[in-house]
Amino acid sequence: MERVIDIRQFERGRSLWQDAYTRLRRNKFALIGLVFLLCMIVLAVFADIISPYSYETQDLYLGATPPSTKHWLGTDTLGRDLFTRILYGGRVSLMVGFLATAVALIIGVTWGTVSGYMGGRIDNAMMRIVDILYALPFTIFIILLMVVFGQNIYLLFLAIGAVEWLTMARIIRGQVISIRNQDYIDAAISMGLSRFRIIFRHVLPNVLGPIIVYTTLTIPNVILLESFLSFLGLGIQPPQSSWGVLISSGVETIEEYPWLLIYPACVLSITLFSLNFLGDGLRDALDPRIAKD
Amino acid sequence: MALLDVHNLSIAFHTRNGSITAVENASFKLEPGQTLCIVGESGSGKSVLCSSIMGLLPTPPARIESGVINLDGKNIINMDNGPLRALRGNRIAMIFQDPMTSLNPYMKIGNQVIEPICLHKNLSRKAAWEQAIKMISNVGLSDPYQLMKKYPHELSGGMRQRVMIAMALINKPDILIADEPTTALDVTIQAQILQLIKKIQQKINIAVIFVSHDLGVISGIADNILVMKKGEIVEEGSADDIFYHTKHPYTKNLLASIPNCAKLDKYDNKDRNSQNILLSIKNIKTYFNQTDGWLPSNRQLVKAVDDVSLEIYKGETLGLVGESGSGKSTLGRSIMRLVSINNGRILLGDNNLASLNSYELKLYRREFQMIFQDPYASLNPRITVYDALTEALKVRGVSSTEKILNEVNELMLDVGLEPQHIRKYPHEFSGGQRQRIAIARAIALKPKLIIADEPVSALDVTIQAQILELLLNLVKKNNLTMLFISHDLSVIRYMSDRVAVMYQGKIVEMDNTETVFTQAKHPYTRALLSAIPVPDPINERKKYMSIAATYDTAL
Amino acid sequence: MLRYILFRCLQAVPVLLIVISFTFILVRAAPGGPFDSEKVVPPQILEILNERYHLDDPLHTQLSDYILNLIKGDLGPSFRFPGRSVNELILNGLPYTLELGLYAILFALFTGVLAGLLAASRPNSIQDYIPMSLAMTGICLPAFVLGPILLLIFSIWLEWFPVSGWGQFSNDKILPTITLGSAYSAYIARLTRGGMLEILSQDFIRTARAKGLSEATIVLKHGIKGGLIPVISFLGPAMAGLLSGSFVVESIFQIPGLGRFYIQAAFNRDYTMIMGTTIFFAFLIIFFNLLSDIVAAWLNPRIRYGSSN
Repeated sequence: MERVIDIRQFERGRSLWQDAYTRLRRNKFALIGLVFLLCMIVLAVFADIISPYSYETQDLYLGATPPSTKHWLGTDTLGRDLFTRILYGGRVSLMVGFLATAVALIIGVTWGTVSGYMGGRIDNAMMRIVDILYALPFTIFIILLMVVFGQNIYLLFLAIGAVEWLTMARIIRGQVISIRNQDYIDAAISMGLSRFRIIFRHVLPNVLGPIIVYTTLTIPNVILLESFLSFLGLGIQPPQSSWGVLISSGVETIEEYPWLLIYPACVLSITLFSLNFLGDGLRDALDPRIAKD
Repeated sequence: MALLDVHNLSIAFHTRNGSITAVENASFKLEPGQTLCIVGESGSGKSVLCSSIMGLLPTPPARIESGVINLDGKNIINMDNGPLRALRGNRIAMIFQDPMTSLNPYMKIGNQVIEPICLHKNLSRKAAWEQAIKMISNVGLSDPYQLMKKYPHELSGGMRQRVMIAMALINKPDILIADEPTTALDVTIQAQILQLIKKIQQKINIAVIFVSHDLGVISGIADNILVMKKGEIVEEGSADDIFYHTKHPYTKNLLASIPNCAKLDKYDNKDRNSQNILLSIKNIKTYFNQTDGWLPSNRQLVKAVDDVSLEIYKGETLGLVGESGSGKSTLGRSIMRLVSINNGRILLGDNNLASLNSYELKLYRREFQMIFQDPYASLNPRITVYDALTEALKVRGVSSTEKILNEVNELMLDVGLEPQHIRKYPHEFSGGQRQRIAIARAIALKPKLIIADEPVSALDVTIQAQILELLLNLVKKNNLTMLFISHDLSVIRYMSDRVAVMYQGKIVEMDNTETVFTQAKHPYTRALLSAIPVPDPINERKKYMSIAATYDTAL
Repeated sequence: MLRYILFRCLQAVPVLLIVISFTFILVRAAPGGPFDSEKVVPPQILEILNERYHLDDPLHTQLSDYILNLIKGDLGPSFRFPGRSVNELILNGLPYTLELGLYAILFALFTGVLAGLLAASRPNSIQDYIPMSLAMTGICLPAFVLGPILLLIFSIWLEWFPVSGWGQFSNDKILPTITLGSAYSAYIARLTRGGMLEILSQDFIRTARAKGLSEATIVLKHGIKGGLIPVISFLGPAMAGLLSGSFVVESIFQIPGLGRFYIQAAFNRDYTMIMGTTIFFAFLIIFFNLLSDIVAAWLNPRIRYGSSN
């Protein structure tokens, strides 16, 4: 008895993602954070179109000047436009932030998923490695690396990524284990589905939520780490600038030209705020148990 | 004047998504020394009602819309916090459902039990400690001196519930509210706790409000009964009235939903011969290493399934019954090879499934399907019903979209659901509906054997009855073979042709259902059978008559 | 419990060995370092180095020698200041860093736990939003931003506090402590709030309420034991962060502590100093991590007494 049935006639349900999206929309702080973040990204990407100045053009006659119509945020001691330098600095800081996080994400998620899903001895061994690496004082190692090998931006990526993937791996493993224990995974196994299919169809979509949340919360940590290193003089080197470098030079002339410190510091802090609010908002939206009502 | 007089009580919950009425116009009276039982399914409002008597409702979302709660004539709604706290643990005490989580894991038992005394009676710590020890032994716990110094995790569920009772009654309250105190306990332990409550009540004459979803449990202990449905009291009366002269259709439905008779369509014994064996299980051993802490040297071996052998014949339903920890679920999962077995053979025809590696096993997987206990965990929340069923159909080899759609349509109708909902997600369905979807997924593969692992234990009684009917119909229509696992003896009796009783990893008795139920041989089976609460007040009360008074009257 | 402690201590040994080997090899491999055969090194230094490090020996012998020396507590001579040993220089700077770290963590614990408790006892109210917003600010204003800004406002413009130093004036310890401790105060506040809310939603809290206990008693007696475990576990990693934070704070406020020494050694390419202090720091961090893990485990009765069912 074959009838032709058109599936489109049936009403679509409301997925959990849609529910989460609605919850996120209600969180004003998270939305403001998102807007700020997008603005910052746009400004950084289109820095060369937006600003008439280059980040390295010096004007020694000018020296450091407070904000004016010609230089919106003022100039630094070498006459370079601060606004431009902040934008280009943003490029570097954000790029390091996103790329290093991407490295941490790929390694951490793979490690955590394999470890959590396989369980048993493989899980034990993989987590033992994570535990040992976790105990290493990485910040000090990074400083050591930078001192020894000089300031190479790719080394910076790798070094920061190598630190952050550990936390990601631990968190993802925890999530994968709790999903692994759900009955629908057993149901999938008893259907005879391949491991590959089970992981990609049943496990990962349910881990995606925490992945998104912790990725968003890792980016500010990375930016912070990079700024910290640059502040100490170990990260990005002049004339290239990142926000950390700008803050570092700003501290030197804190009494005479305070704006050289304040503006980069504000921009860094606001970006961190935005990312953290967005991350918190995503966490509340995707995991309603911890949400407010 | 009644001890507790509730009049026209209405409670509503106000959330961002709207308002829900939890209790509507509830009125009842409670006299001293009386046992009032409140019966209802989930969402009936019985727990909310009890919490409101204690003043424990979370008042931002909840709000008492109208009504009074009079304790000794004084309205305790809107009472100030101070006087209200003076009542709790003092004149009204409450015990809760889950003993495993209701005690503070970070504090010693003794320190928790003396808290109500120290707070309300102003005794010295030493005197309070002495009182607590007396109370602990009164609730039937041995070695109270040592027990007081232990932490909760060192006690079993039944022991913890006794501690909870001791803690609640230590100030000799006038009212004890018990919110489903035995639901999380094994049947035999449940019987003991019910006896304990009855015994203490007779001795110190307290009024008890006992909440349950199970009419059988309360039939022996109730003086009066309230039946609640969706926030309203639909029927009230004495226990005899409710059970023997039921008025309201809902109550009648509740009573009718309790399985209380043998299976109707019996399996023909002549069909039980060696040609007709579907699955033969020999000497299965499944052991787990329970590491105590982080250390490999401290392993305890748990023998979940300890040398079990049985045969399942084609077309029969074999019931597997046991309490928690008996190994019944593990046996089911061992057969499905969802857990690794240490030893034994699983013979399907001539093939030993236990010896196959995971690749070879995949080909046989579709012959065995499982229906799980928790309807909220057995479906992937991120995929639609249609996708879930399609996945199963594709395993069977159905490929064309039209065929799939037709089959999905049929499956939905077979399990009693409307096909127009197939594009919805699991969370948009109720528990009972989800279980139907899980059943549809299982039969989509046209398996040879279905293992149902406590498929109705998480459902309300009325829904439970529907699902059991569905399973019986499907088994009959498709000539399925089923292994039905449950801790509920009445359900097992209704569903199974044969019964195997498991205790601590071994099968202690296995025979035709009626033989086991009427002429049980093994002492454990007999203990189990005598502990089942039957919805028959007159017979149940006889169990509580002969209680020896080994009770310390000088409390 | 004893077994747990032993097990964890044992786990720390391979970590230490990896740290030492890694540092050792890294410094050896440094291009342009004193161990680089191309580099021209002043003869006295070369003599000391050869004598000390047996540079003609194979690498693994050098490493094991170094480790043996370490066990004796000897970190070698300073490269920059021949005649003074690394041990000596570390002991010079250590007291300042330790004191700064101690004050910072006490500040962070006190303010953080208080803020977290306030927030957790009335969730989603003003009492919750204000401390948590402040906490967010603490996280997003890192030490190297907060420090200079505090300096600007309070030392330069308002002149309430001195600009630099430690111990010379009566109130020069305040700004550095706040700068270093504020981020950790923020983390601790959030952890406390999270931990307490988690505990307060458990069933046994409902039991406590049913006994008639006051909210204050419930929070402080029943909730705290479990609720603070995340904070205790955090203290280990916090020490690591404080140490690296001290580099920044000591640089900004000109405090002659070990952190500032470390940075200077890094720029001066004083390799033996770098090696020695890295290992010293690593040891401190591993020690504190171990300590906080053990205390957190001790607080959990299941681990303390084991399950004896």
